[in-house]
Parts: sequence; structure tokens; C-alpha cells
Amino acid sequence: MTRLKADSRHAVRFSLNGKPVEGEAEPRMLLSDFLRHQLGATGTHVGCEHGVCGACTVIVDGMLTRSCLTLAAQVDGCELRTVEGLAPSADRLGVLQQAFRRNHALQCGFCTAGILMSLDHYLAKNPAPTEAEIRDLLSGHICRCTGYTPIIKAALEAAAELTSAKKETSDA
Amino acid sequence: MLQAVKSANPERGDEPWVGRSIERVEDAALLSGRGRFIDDLGVAPGTLHATILRSPHAHADILSIDAEAARRLPGVAAVLTGSDVKAVTTSLVVGVKAPVECWPIALDRVRYVGEPVAVVVATDRARAEDAAELINVEYRPRNAVVDPLGAITPGAPVLHDGFPGNLASDRAFRYGDPEKAFADSPHRFSIDIRYPRNSCTPIETYGVVASHDAGEDAYEVLANFQGPFSIHTVIARALKVPGNRLRLRTPPDSGGSFGVKQGVFPYIVLIAAAARVTGKPVKWIEDRLEHLTASVSATNRATTLSAAVAADGKILALDWDQVEDCGAHLRAPEPATLYRMHGNLTGAYDIGHVKVRNRVVVTNKTPTGLNRGFGGPQVYFALERLVQRIAIGLGLDPLDVIKRNLIDAGAFPYRTATGALLDSGNYQEAVARAVEQGRLAELKAKRDAARAQGRLYGIGFTAVVEPSVSNMGYITTVLTAAERRRAGPKNGAQATATVGLDPVGSVTVHVASVPQGQGHRTVLSQVVADVFGLQPRDIRVNTEIDTAKDAWSIASGNYASRFAAAVAGTAKLAAERVAGRLARIAASQLNVEAGDIVFAKGFVTSKHNPENRIAFSRVAALSHWSPGSLPDDAGQTIRETVFWTPPELTPPDDEDRINSSLCHGFIFDFCGVEIDPVTLETRIDRYVTMHDCGTILHPGMVNGQIRGGFTQALGAALFEEYAYAEDGSFLTGTLADYLLPTTTEVPEPEIFHMETPSPFTPLGAKGVGEGNCMSTPVCLANAVADALGVADITLPLVPARLAEIVRGAEPPPPAGGTTAAPVRKGDRRLSGEGQATVKGAPEQVWAMLLDPATLQSVIPGCQSVDKITDTHFRADVTLGIGPVTGRYRADVELFDLDPPRAVTLRGGATGALGFGSAEGRITLAPDGNGGTKLSYSYDAAIGGKVASIGGRLLDGATRVIIGQFFTALARKAGGGGAAGGGFSLFALLAKLAGLFGGRR
Ligand code: FES
Ligand code: FES
Repeated sequence: MTRLKADSRHAVRFSLNGKPVEGEAEPRMLLSDFLRHQLGATGTHVGCEHGVCGACTVIVDGMLTRSCLTLAAQVDGCELRTVEGLAPSADRLGVLQQAFRRNHALQCGFCTAGILMSLDHYLAKNPAPTEAEIRDLLSGHICRCTGYTPIIKAALEAAAELTSAKKETSDA
Repeated sequence: MLQAVKSANPERGDEPWVGRSIERVEDAALLSGRGRFIDDLGVAPGTLHATILRSPHAHADILSIDAEAARRLPGVAAVLTGSDVKAVTTSLVVGVKAPVECWPIALDRVRYVGEPVAVVVATDRARAEDAAELINVEYRPRNAVVDPLGAITPGAPVLHDGFPGNLASDRAFRYGDPEKAFADSPHRFSIDIRYPRNSCTPIETYGVVASHDAGEDAYEVLANFQGPFSIHTVIARALKVPGNRLRLRTPPDSGGSFGVKQGVFPYIVLIAAAARVTGKPVKWIEDRLEHLTASVSATNRATTLSAAVAADGKILALDWDQVEDCGAHLRAPEPATLYRMHGNLTGAYDIGHVKVRNRVVVTNKTPTGLNRGFGGPQVYFALERLVQRIAIGLGLDPLDVIKRNLIDAGAFPYRTATGALLDSGNYQEAVARAVEQGRLAELKAKRDAARAQGRLYGIGFTAVVEPSVSNMGYITTVLTAAERRRAGPKNGAQATATVGLDPVGSVTVHVASVPQGQGHRTVLSQVVADVFGLQPRDIRVNTEIDTAKDAWSIASGNYASRFAAAVAGTAKLAAERVAGRLARIAASQLNVEAGDIVFAKGFVTSKHNPENRIAFSRVAALSHWSPGSLPDDAGQTIRETVFWTPPELTPPDDEDRINSSLCHGFIFDFCGVEIDPVTLETRIDRYVTMHDCGTILHPGMVNGQIRGGFTQALGAALFEEYAYAEDGSFLTGTLADYLLPTTTEVPEPEIFHMETPSPFTPLGAKGVGEGNCMSTPVCLANAVADALGVADITLPLVPARLAEIVRGAEPPPPAGGTTAAPVRKGDRRLSGEGQATVKGAPEQVWAMLLDPATLQSVIPGCQSVDKITDTHFRADVTLGIGPVTGRYRADVELFDLDPPRAVTLRGGATGALGFGSAEGRITLAPDGNGGTKLSYSYDAAIGGKVASIGGRLLDGATRVIIGQFFTALARKAGGGGAAGGGFSLFALLAKLAGLFGGRR
């Protein structure tokens, strides 16, 4: 394992939403800070920096990860996905994002990026979740504005829509 | 159950946009990571970053601050202590007349855990934090007081000399003839309430970026402040500049506030002072520990409420005695929490006689401020608990007692005894509809069935009036009428909105409502689109505020649920004013009377001849391109700003009657809860909430406000409390300690609506965002009281508290063994004892214990040891517990030496992460096999950050560390003799002093 010097900066390279990125970080720099302040990917938010609120959730090599509990140096060479990579194009929202908008599943939007990442990751593997499963999944996220139920509803709607879209493609 | 949200964007017919749940314009950016929250915005090159060193003590004198090492650290630009801040600022104004100061940083005394002691400014945040660790502050602890009634007990430690007996204000009020009503009534009921501390805790913390232009002595500040902008004057005054030299701006997005972000203002002063001292822009983002410990909190309150009651349950008079705990400083706008509800002390009821005593006290806790519900939860908890007690006492149905007392539907506008003018409503109808639509009969049958099976099931009811749009003058009710006359009148609430038309005729709206996620931009686009006959997407709304350029008033901001009622209405007025002029211009172009003009489908059209029309954008642009061709009476249509203040918001009268708010919605809630007989968890079976908030502008958002408020209230009722130990240590510094509701605890409330428009607002709307924070905690408490058949209920309803009610206090754990048991409940002192067997005779072990030369090498993380005398040592140690590693300075003295048999150690350790003190006695005796039997007992305490964030870990960790320590000692003494190291006084002391302790 490489040893990094505490007081110097080290190059960190990884793939962010399919594009190569690089920057320099002290070993102690958190991934959340690196994404936000070095790379300008400010869509990932920080609500607690101790792993409870879920706002900072990103996907690292296919795993849901709290970026506030991860060091930037740890993701060198990894594949990262963040909220900035969810929409199919800059002026169009994805199915899950649209469901959020339709259901008023966000107010201030500060918690939303983390919740979207958890759901995106989960729905890919569990296309037909129950309400209880979604509630269980999202119990690791705190939202202070919405009271959660619109989020659950958006998730279930998006799951149904994604499934029927897939069916249509496979039927065709 | 999930409730459908009416959401549709049909092409426009003639139906207005207002009242429809259109999709929010805010959402696309927020959903794709393009929000612009304060920490997402770049800063000027060279901007410095601040961190704040805070007090670990609840009450202590600052003897010295040594910041030399911190200042020398590369990258550090400045370290500001209280005196440095004082040199460039003045005290914040205090809300009552008293010789008391209120600084954003401690000067020579700290009065709550988390109070700022120094601000470190460096090239980046990490370096600033490194430097803060190097600051040595010497404190002399004082006794602390955290209980509001304790604070006004004779002999309690006094926080401020200017508040003798910790009493900041004591006012008595009398309305009608309460004494006679009490004397004449057959029944008198009383209740004592302790309402706890909690906070709505937005998920985004505070942020400030400040700079200072020395040439003009002007400050520029960007902060996620939410208003009210009366605070702008407080900040400017503290910074010693006129208002026009404090340019305060807000970012486009803010991550929730719920009142809490009003409390960022002392930090604006602090960071602006740092910018002035360093001559550079300075940025500060609060972290979560800081936020929970020291941002702001709702008030906790001790209330005794009595009612004079007739035999049929009619309440004839109320007697309020409220003791409001505002924490360590009375910060603006406090004591507003207490007076916001002053006009509404009779709730939804027709009660003619009221007596009030209001006391405001200070305690060694975080200063209080705005929080969703603002005074409502405290008042309604007492009032609605009392209504339930009256029903039980008289053998009546609680709902019948509510109905008997509701204000008559024909009585509006209705003046309450204490002065509120309730604008409109039909409370009886709302209750009847809720009972019907919420299926109360079925719920009662369910309760009966559950009880028949021996289950714990209860139903609770609440009726509340939800005030909105605060009268800026209500706070002056804290002054006497004579003091008010001297100070001059304060009243009203100026709302402002600007509508502008650009050279291509597109419409821009600007308001000073500073939304924190509520979707103001969307609603305003609906309101203005309706006036101009356009589509919401044609209207661009800007809600950022810049006090140097925008229209604003002291009432601007996002509080008191004023948006729908005041701000949206004002935008309508501004648009109508522009539309009136456009109509005159169009009339002259179309050769018709102005009265014949309508705005519809993007055109300005003659009503009589719809063919005769002109595109809206063409008329709208004329003021730019051809002002000379406009009719003389049209005026310009480029930009119109309207200020609107309702005439009903009058100052308090000479009898102290105050119309504290403009609008009054009505809420009637009932719920069924079941309590698990084993775990004593409260499960909400059904929650029904009926709202009359006047005209509904956007149903989806109104329901969003209700759900959000309900969820926060559910947290306040069941989980949340800013907990303090008796010595003022703060115990809930992480979101793992301060528990917020998550998806698994929050059910969907059944929401019902009724619309009685307000006659006092342009759109007929009333506020809606705070109501459930007022109604839900007490509704749940009433249900739990019903389920358990108990009279006294204290929030939060955590299982441990219910267990005390149901099963009595828990017996103490069995004594003996190496345990760390709390000395008594509610205290974070720990005592314990244990034994170990060590090889080597007592004399040998004694020598190891007293040999300082080996200390430095054997104490984990030991940086240095100073021997002051033979029995007095100082050491610098770095210790970690769980994830929390910190540097401590330990100071140890030995007493009662009885070589080689016994010694008493006493000492303390302090560091950035907290402080500890300990006393222990170690005795040595031969074990009969040439070894030594070592026994120890200790009594230790811990405070500061470690107690706030690691409280729950510390009890267990203590046992583990002690066990490991003596195992290691035994091994070393037996193994390589003295040279290999050994048992050290310091290691023991440092661990005792620095680590032992914990919550309860
Ligand atoms: S910021 Fe990472 S979990 Fe809260
Ligand atoms: S939308 Fe504000 S915290 Fe979730």
C-alpha cells in the first residue's frame, strides 16, 4: 500500500460520471470536499460530515458511499457517479428526477442529491420495490423539508415507469 | 398510505394558474446538482477561511488565551479573540431595557458550551482548524444553571449582573376580570408544563462570506440569512456603520431554515470583523457539531396554566404563568418567542378573561431564536393539555369541551381578550368535516377493540389557531405602555414586490421573501401570470436579496409564514398596477376604453371585440422604445415596486392588547396512537389534520408545508431534545445523538382542507407552514396520555420516559466489579473501582508509579512531561477515543502519600475536544505470592465536545480502557521489569481525566 505524506499534496485521478478527472489532495482531504471544492462538482452536499444524514452519498465503483467518510485519496483510479451524471442531457431530466419533480419530492433540495443516488443505485438492482423496501433504503437519509412520503411516492412511480419502459424495449 | 398530489400542467383554459399544483421552476436545477447554495458559489481569489474555537464550559471565567503558537502556524492570517472583536464592533442590541451586553464572542467569561472564544483565519479551513488546536485557553469554571426555574431561585449562579437573579423581564397583564371569573367559577383546573428545547435543524448549516472596504468603511456580506431584515440594523450597528455601508446579500438557494437561519447573524458580525482585521474576504461554513451545539434553539419554557371552568366545560378565564428560557444571552429578536403568541393566548376559544405573568430568564445554554412554530408549540402544549384535563376532570368528552369553547362562526372578525383580531374562519364546520372525513367514529371503535384486548391505544385532539404575518410591533408588548410611549410606535409589516418589463416585453418579478426551499418563485410566477394573461413560464422570478439595490424593509424575509399572505399578495398588487397602465396604453392603441381591456392568452384584447388585440410583449415593451407615444396618464411600465402593510397591524394599545399577527388559520387535528407494551415505542396509527389556511395558492406546496411541519413536530414529540447535563454540558452534538425522524418513523398524515379566505390579504391566503409544529406535539401527547391513562406528559415521548411513567423509575444496577456507573441520574460524573494483580513487590510497583522519567516513553501519545514538584506534574498527551482524537494538557497532583501502600491522585485535563477532571485512590498490598494486589477507585467527570459527540460511547469505552490498562500494567511489570516501562500515573490520570465520563 502506498504511504502518503501527511503534509504534501498527492495527485488523485478517477472517472467522474464517465469522464476522467484529476486534482491534488492532502491525504486528509475528504472526498466530499475534493468533489465540491477541487472539481467544482457542488451537486453533492454535506449536511453532517459524520455519516448520518446521507446528503453526501455518491457511487464509487458501483457501491453507495458516504463521501464525507471517504478520503479523496481512497478513490484514486475508481469510477464515481454523482448527481451531476443522472440526467440524460443538460436540459432533460431522467425518469427518477422527473418523478421527484412531479410529486414535489423536494423543497430546499439540499438532501436530494444523496437520495437520488441511493435510489438510482437501488432501482437498478431492484426494479419492483415495495413501499416498505424504499422506506428501509431511505432510512439512511435525512430530509428536513418534505416529510418523506412524496419521496417514497416518486421512487415507486419511477420504478414502475422504468420497468414498463424496459418491458417495451424488450417486447419490441 | 400515500396521498395523491393534484399535479397537472394542462394547457391554459380560462382557469387561473393560482390554485393549481404546477411543477416547480426551482426543481430542474436542484435535481441535477446545479443548485446554488452558499457553499457552492465560488469566492474571490485570496479569500481566507475561518474556524471558530468554542468554549467547552457552560460557565467559566477566561483567565488567559495563548494564541502565539496558532498565529505562528504557516498560512494563519489572524487569530481574533474577544478583545480583538470588541476593538472593531459594539455589542449587539439586547431586546429588553437592561444594562447588559451581548457579544458574538466571549469577552472575559463564557456562558454556554459552544460560545465562540476565538476566530482563526487562515488560507484554508484545515489549516485554520490546525491552528485552533494550538490555542491554549485557561478557564476558571463557575457553577452553571440550566433549568429556568432553578435560574430564578435565590442563590443560583448569576449570568449577567444586569439581569439580577437571571431575570431579564417580568411583566404582568390582565384582560377583563380574571379574578372575578375564577372566584365565580365552580371549577378550577391547573397544569404544569416543562416544554423542552429542540430545533428544526435545517440540513444545510450556516454560511457567511464577508469583506470590508477600508477606503469606504463598508462591509459586503453574503450569508444564508433568512430575515427578518430588522436584524440588518442590528448587524450594521454592531459593525459601527450606517445601514448603507452594510451590503447584505443572500445566495439563490438555501438548504432549509425553518427560522433557524435567522440565528446566523452573530456570525455575520464575527466574520465581518475578521474580514476587517485581515483586510481580506473571509468565508466560514458552520459544521454540524457547531450547529447542534451553538447555532440557535427554540426556547424551553416552564408554564403553569390554570382555567376557571363552568360545569359544562366552558372555560371562563385563563391564568398563564410562563417562564421563558432564552439561554445565555438575550439576542434579538428575543424575547419574541414569548410575545409572538400574546394575542393568541386563548387559542381557538372564546375566553373573555385572561391573566398573564411573563418572565424571561437566562441560563447557561445556547441563546434562542426563531424556530418554526415560534412560541406556538409552547403555548398550545399547555392550553391543549389543559383542555384534555378539564374533560377528564369533568367526565366529558375532550372533543365536546373543544367544541363548547370554539369561537362562534358568526363572530369574525373576532377580537381576542389579549388583542388579536382573528380575520375569518368557521371552526365548527372545520371540526365537523374533519370528524367525518377523518372517520373519527371508526377510530374510536378501533380504540375500544384494542383496549378490549388489553392493548395501549389512545386518541388525542387539538384545535389551534395558526397566526401568520407578524406585526413588527408585537415585541414591544414586553415594554410597559409608558416605555412604549417613550420609544415611539412600532407596528405593521411592510411587504414588497417589484414587477419589471424589459425591452422585449418579458416580465421579471423580484421579492424580498428569501425562500428556503418553499418554491416562492413558482407561486409568484402563477400569481403574476394570472394578472398578465401569460403562462407561468413567461415570468422570471428572482428571490435573491441585495440590500444595496433591492426594495426591502425590516419586515422582509422568510418567517412568520408571511409569504402567501403578504408577499404573494403584494406581487399581485404590483402586477395589477403595471397592468392598469398597460391597459391604458393598449386602450389608446386599440381605440377602446381602458375598461374594455383584458389580458388573456398572451394578448391584450378588447372584451367586446376579441379580434381587436395586440401582443402583450408589444405593449409591454413600449415604455422602453417609445415613451413619447404613450398616453399622458399612463406613466412608465418599466418597473413598479409596491409596498404593502396591512392597517390591521396596529401597535399595542395602552391596555397591552396586541394584534400580534395579521392572519389566523385554523387547524383541527386528531390522531390514534398505539404504544408497544414491551418497548414502549409510540406508533402513530392515524393522524388527521384539517387546515383552513384561506385561499390555497398551490395545493402541492401547501401539503408539502403541512407534511414537513408535521414531520418536524413528530420529531419534537417523540425523539428530539437538546439535552444538557446539570453542569451545562451539551449532550447531543451529532445527528446520532440528536435523533431526527426518518422514513421509517414518519407516516403520511391525512390532510384535509377548507378555504375561508382572509379578508385582510390581497389573495385571501393565510400562512400554513407552522401550524403542525403547534398542533402536532400536543395532539400526540394527548393521545399518549389517553393510551396510558396518565395526567402528566413531558416531551419528547422517548420509551425511557414512558417507562418511568408506566413502570416507575429503573432500579440501580447491581454493585460490584469493574463498572463505571453514574453517580446519579442526569449527571455525567462517573465513579468506578477495580483490581489488578501485578508481579513485583509493592515497593517495586510504587517506584514505577512515581517515576516520571519513564513517563514520556510509556504514556501513549505523550508529547512532554514537566515535573513541577515531586508530587505535581504536567503533561501534553494526544488521546483518541473512537473517531475522536485530540490533544490534552494534563495537570496531576498527588496527595495523601502512604508509601508503598496508597496514594490519591487528583487532576484535570483540557484540550480542544473537551475537559475532564478525576480523583482516584490507588492502594497496593502484597498478594502473598511475591506480587502486588492493586486496587483503585475513581470519580471522574468529562465535558466539552467529547461529551457532546461521544457521550453514548464513553461509558463502554471507559470500562474497556481501564481493563486494558491494568492488564497491560500487569504484563509489563511481570515481563521485562522496570526498564520495559510500566504502570504510569500519567497514563492513568490522563485517561481518567481526559476520557472517563459520559452521559448518564
Ligand atoms: S454529510 Fe455525509 S452523511 Fe451527512
Ligand atoms: S428537501 Fe430540504 S432537506 Fe430534503
